[in-house]
Amino acid sequence: MKKFDKERVLLAVAGPVIALAVAFVLSAIVLIASGKNPVEPFALMFEQAGFSDIQVLIVNQASMYYIAALAVAIGFRMNLFNIGVDGQYQLAAMMAAIVGVHANLPAVLQIPLLLLTAVLTGAFWSGIAGVLKITRGVSEVVATIMLNSIATAVIGYLWLPDVFGVKVGNNNTTGEMHDSGWVPGIDMGAAGEVYGLVILAVLLGIGYWVVLNRTRFGFDLRASGASETAAAASGVDPKRMVLTAMLISGGLAGLAGLPILLGDTHTYSLNFPTGIGFLGIGIALLGRNSPVGIAFAALLWAWLDKASPELDFHGYDKEIAVIMQGLIVLSVVVSYEAVREWGLRRQQRRVGAELAAGHVLGATDNTTKEVAGR
Amino acid sequence: MTAVELAGITKRFPGVVANHDIHLTVRKGTVHALVGENGAGKSTLMKILYGMQKPDEGTIAIDGEQVSFSSPADAIARGIGMVHQHFMLADNLTVLENVVLGSEKLYGIGGRARRKIKEISERYGLDVRPDLLVEELGVAARQRVEILKVLYRGARTLILDEPTAVLVPQEVDALFANLRELKSEGLSVIFISHKLGEVLSVADDITVIRRGTTVGTAVPSRTTPRQLAEMMVGSELPTPETAESTVTDRPVLTVEKLRLAAPGGKALLDDVSFTIHAGEVLGIAGVEGNGQTELVDALIGLRHADSGTIRLADEEITAWSTRKRREQGVGYIPEDRHRHGLLLEAPLWENRILGHVTERPNAKGVWLNPKAAQEDTRRIVETYDVRTPGIDVTAASLSGGNQQKLIVGREMSHRPRFLIAAHPTRGVDVGAQAAIWDHIREARREGLAVLLISADLDELIGLSDTLRVIYDGRLVADADPAAITPEELGSAMTGAATGHLEHEENDEPGEDEAR
Repeated sequence: MKKFDKERVLLAVAGPVIALAVAFVLSAIVLIASGKNPVEPFALMFEQAGFSDIQVLIVNQASMYYIAALAVAIGFRMNLFNIGVDGQYQLAAMMAAIVGVHANLPAVLQIPLLLLTAVLTGAFWSGIAGVLKITRGVSEVVATIMLNSIATAVIGYLWLPDVFGVKVGNNNTTGEMHDSGWVPGIDMGAAGEVYGLVILAVLLGIGYWVVLNRTRFGFDLRASGASETAAAASGVDPKRMVLTAMLISGGLAGLAGLPILLGDTHTYSLNFPTGIGFLGIGIALLGRNSPVGIAFAALLWAWLDKASPELDFHGYDKEIAVIMQGLIVLSVVVSYEAVREWGLRRQQRRVGAELAAGHVLGATDNTTKEVAGR
Repeated sequence: MTAVELAGITKRFPGVVANHDIHLTVRKGTVHALVGENGAGKSTLMKILYGMQKPDEGTIAIDGEQVSFSSPADAIARGIGMVHQHFMLADNLTVLENVVLGSEKLYGIGGRARRKIKEISERYGLDVRPDLLVEELGVAARQRVEILKVLYRGARTLILDEPTAVLVPQEVDALFANLRELKSEGLSVIFISHKLGEVLSVADDITVIRRGTTVGTAVPSRTTPRQLAEMMVGSELPTPETAESTVTDRPVLTVEKLRLAAPGGKALLDDVSFTIHAGEVLGIAGVEGNGQTELVDALIGLRHADSGTIRLADEEITAWSTRKRREQGVGYIPEDRHRHGLLLEAPLWENRILGHVTERPNAKGVWLNPKAAQEDTRRIVETYDVRTPGIDVTAASLSGGNQQKLIVGREMSHRPRFLIAAHPTRGVDVGAQAAIWDHIREARREGLAVLLISADLDELIGLSDTLRVIYDGRLVADADPAAITPEELGSAMTGAATGHLEHEENDEPGEDEAR
């Protein structure tokens, strides 16, 4: 049995390793093509990863990437493509900020209230796409893309001074939240503070694994993703499953902006990070929808983000990191599919070979059993 | 004079030898049957002859001349044509368009092509009309179009892959008449089948393949089906016959006036009523596409009836969800196990959970219990003789027969009261087939009610206690399996006979006209 377990680990690691190697090589080629040293930028970025203040930045950034990628991944696990994580987390962060400005409860109630606001906002927004899909057959891809754009418009509206907006210089903000809703950071001394909600990200990762792998609901969800027809025949109500998965995905997405909102900015303004939802798609892909894989991928992405500004000081363009992210996503898609097919075929061959050799589970009279089926 | 000679053909796929030292000699102007059970290597051999795969060893000679094919185009150029089991026709094009598609250079696409088609059709008695839309044609007519397509491209040797699998007995006879025309014109036919009666009636020579190699040849006039079967499986052929009746008077499943309509309003199922008692196997015979799939969907709850009721024992289950039905004792062996019965890329133990995720031992409350599920998977693998090196391999790595045994084991493990068995032994080797029949029989003895749908009439007649015939969404006829022949059943399947079918000792049934 051990052989097949080792096999699975090999397959799980082969995809990302190949993808990363290809991406590094291609990035180096891009550098050579533009007449630059193909090695030094990477050396500089690796060096950055050694500094503790950069490490804190990386962890903080990764926590948001991680939550966004989990939101994408839970959709992927059942073949739903929630492209709308971006709109969902921004709208959710905005609503949480507004509630945080206008409500002032004790911290033990305030923080859960803000989390709940974000979850419900995100779930509501993705739920629209879910309802459209199950009632009208609208592709969730199209619906969520549209909803992203609508979210931007809604946020713009909410920012108006006579709605919930507060102008600070040229910046649109929601005003500063009451400090009962602030989540204290974890002090790392001179290196800075790690967001308190990094812990939330870790808990969500654990919860994601437990729900998917250890609950009936998770099994139904994975079955729906693996084969819609087989899941339906097994008793999963496909429509309800689509809606549930969309709601969970959106609810998770709603939390993606909160580490920075509750841990640092305390207001939703024009400076609030955007695009985390889209990056989450690439990170979920690279992480193969597994909570551990996504953690590595989120850290990798955050590293590329936070280590690349240093390049500007050495005559390189920091956009190399963006190129690299793009190349990783491209190679990931290709290499995973190739590795998956290769692995499947390899296993079929091995099973054939093992059966031919008479290694049949539970057969005490191996020698007399023949291999009938093939 | 030999048309085709294959000598010493060996084809290895990594880890598996699909063909080993195969010899096959097809004489000109004959029908040569290639028989063997599923998975014996017939398809691989024909793919080699048709240029879809290259042999690792061995030689192919056409008309005495050694050749090497690297694509089907090469094979076609040497006069080899293949009629696939699954038709490759475009429904929304006419017969003419289908035939010329891809061979426009031969006779153009207009009058010349039409004349050629008519000429071929008349010469071989194929009765193909070039201007009909393919979607208007029945299965048998489509098959004749496929044959004509191959002849149009100049084939002198035709490979027919399981051509009778989709035909009712009367259509089979008509096909065999066509084949005799072909050979009287000097063409050769390689006929792949595992139906022994047919093989013996149509073939001039027989080559038997077992476990990837040729185990012998036979002359039909001097061979009995039993001898042939023993060559094929290397042992005695199992029979589906059930010994004694176990039918009780306790109804388990009662369906009344079930109706299911397509979105356009056309009835897919209409006025379907039947009762299955504990210990009874009800067989549904019918040409595929007459409502069997819809009936199964309605019973398992994938589609909900437009009107009518379904009762399980004393409870009306018409409005129940699929999950509730399964929890309450409806077992399901689906027609298409890859689409409805398995998660191909998931390990066997997860496939053991599929369909029973809410039940013990798979779950405790809302939590999965992987340990217990794995333990139980091991038990199923051993009890139901699923040949696998372990329970962590993916379902896709098992052969069809072993996949099916896993499904049967899974469904039986939950002690169903009512089992839907749709084509339970389709694409399954003989050994697994016998095992599956045994399991169904055993469960029936313990009071299981079974709905059996099958295209294999011998299986239907042998296993069923009661037979009903479905035609165009209605149950049009019933028959006593102890007294009916496949031919009589086949005639009812074409809609020609209704009511209670009586076996007629001397005469052929009057309605017996091949369409």
